[in-house]
Amino acid sequence: MSVSVRIPTILRTYTNGVAEVSGEGGTLREVLQKLDADYPGIGGRILDETGKIRRFVNVYVGEEDVRFAEGLDTATPDGVQISVIPAVAGG
Amino acid sequence: MAHISTATPTTATDFGPATGLSCRECGAHYELGPVFACTECFGPLEVAYDFGEVRREDIAAGPANIWRYRSLLPVPAGVADKPNLQPGWTKLVRADRLAAELGLRSLHVKDDSGNPTHSFKDRVVAIAVEAARAFGFHTLSCSSTGNLAGAVGAAAARAGLDSCVFIPADLEAAKVTMAAVYGGRLVGIDGTYDEVNRFCSELIGDELGEKWGFVNVNLRPYYAEGSKTLAYEIAEQFGWRLPEQIVVPVASGSQLTKIDKGFRELIKLGLVEERPYRIFGAQAEGCSPVSRAFKAGQDVVQPVKPDTIAKSLAIGNPADGPYVLDIARRTGGAVEDVNDGEVVEAIRLLARTEGIFAETAGGVTVGVLRKLVREGRLDPEAETVVLNTGDGLKTLDAVAEQARPSAVIRPSLDAFRAAFAN
Repeated sequence: MSVSVRIPTILRTYTNGVAEVSGEGGTLREVLQKLDADYPGIGGRILDETGKIRRFVNVYVGEEDVRFAEGLDTATPDGVQISVIPAVAGG
Repeated sequence: MAHISTATPTTATDFGPATGLSCRECGAHYELGPVFACTECFGPLEVAYDFGEVRREDIAAGPANIWRYRSLLPVPAGVADKPNLQPGWTKLVRADRLAAELGLRSLHVKDDSGNPTHSFKDRVVAIAVEAARAFGFHTLSCSSTGNLAGAVGAAAARAGLDSCVFIPADLEAAKVTMAAVYGGRLVGIDGTYDEVNRFCSELIGDELGEKWGFVNVNLRPYYAEGSKTLAYEIAEQFGWRLPEQIVVPVASGSQLTKIDKGFRELIKLGLVEERPYRIFGAQAEGCSPVSRAFKAGQDVVQPVKPDTIAKSLAIGNPADGPYVLDIARRTGGAVEDVNDGEVVEAIRLLARTEGIFAETAGGVTVGVLRKLVREGRLDPEAETVVLNTGDGLKTLDAVAEQARPSAVIRPSLDAFRAAFAN
């Protein structure tokens, strides 16, 4: 499955400044594994030591926050856009 | 004049006693700049200081607004002379009638509806404006549940900055009008606050957002410090003493986190005597991810999709939620929620007993206070403070059906007598 991944500013050092890269995989977990293979080290910024999504990172598959879906097992259909975004406080 | 630290700032810009930014999660250190997330772990960055000596009398000699605490904030010494809204130093109302109704010995309402745009947001935005000036930004922006949008619009107008603010399109009419009236750009987004927030986070990495200061995104470390002034004011207004219990609304969780930070700084600086205090967080049932996590004994917050009349608290994915859990547990407090009906009841209770008309967020804090007292989880003998963070005029719809004329009559004594014969 070919997908696109939007990279937040603070991780663009891994992608030579590129904001959107292409990825592969049937689930978010596979997409992140392939992303880390293409851009070594980036996976460890998104996932913690136990392999879970870091608590201050939000990952969206299409419009859906993956915490509302299947987390790392969320399916990533062909052509979908994945966004990795730092959590921010509001009001 | 207050004592200002002699520590050398790490940048050419003047941030007073601030020395840098540090990651709340992993402790990594950064220079003062328009950055908000740790490049190591994505954790939130917060301002680190070298305060030097800070004395009560220097603070007391300052202006009747948040700048009396400038030596505790990331702002230059001359901040009070710049054009800004001069928020803060709002009333701490002794609430004997509400206390009697609830069965409490001592209760005060910190009434932040008295700020220039009628919510506590003026405090945080004032700090963000200083940071925006320091970093040379020309446009002030934010994602907002309503109150922040108005505060940003007004502060930008006063400071002579452009503004462009983003809100969920379905907000209360009063908040939309307030956000638009100051002349900046107001953009309604067809989605929830969390979706607006996501949009802003993407905008910030795009050239469209170049030279924009998003008060609650890239200026967040500075912005969030403004909430500490609530803690400072409450302590000073008590005669330099900490309350024993405080009930604080929880949206993103930032305000509660910073009130705790403010209390701890006052203790560390010797400005108040150390005593135990308990912090309670208040949410609306229809958006209670932190309360749910607290009750379930979890330390992670599962996001929710909000559905409540307390729209200013409708953040389903609260970034500082984990810290709220830590603080409530550390201080012996709790996080609790009330349903929309209880929110409306509490708004009317506060209005009826103390003459304070709170917005829905104030109904949430007073409602949770009442619930905690009833359930015996809050000590009725301890000195308690409850926050009202916004003005009821902003959320009229919430009470419009219940708050109606007692009668509509012809202008005659007979008609009045007939209407109120019993």
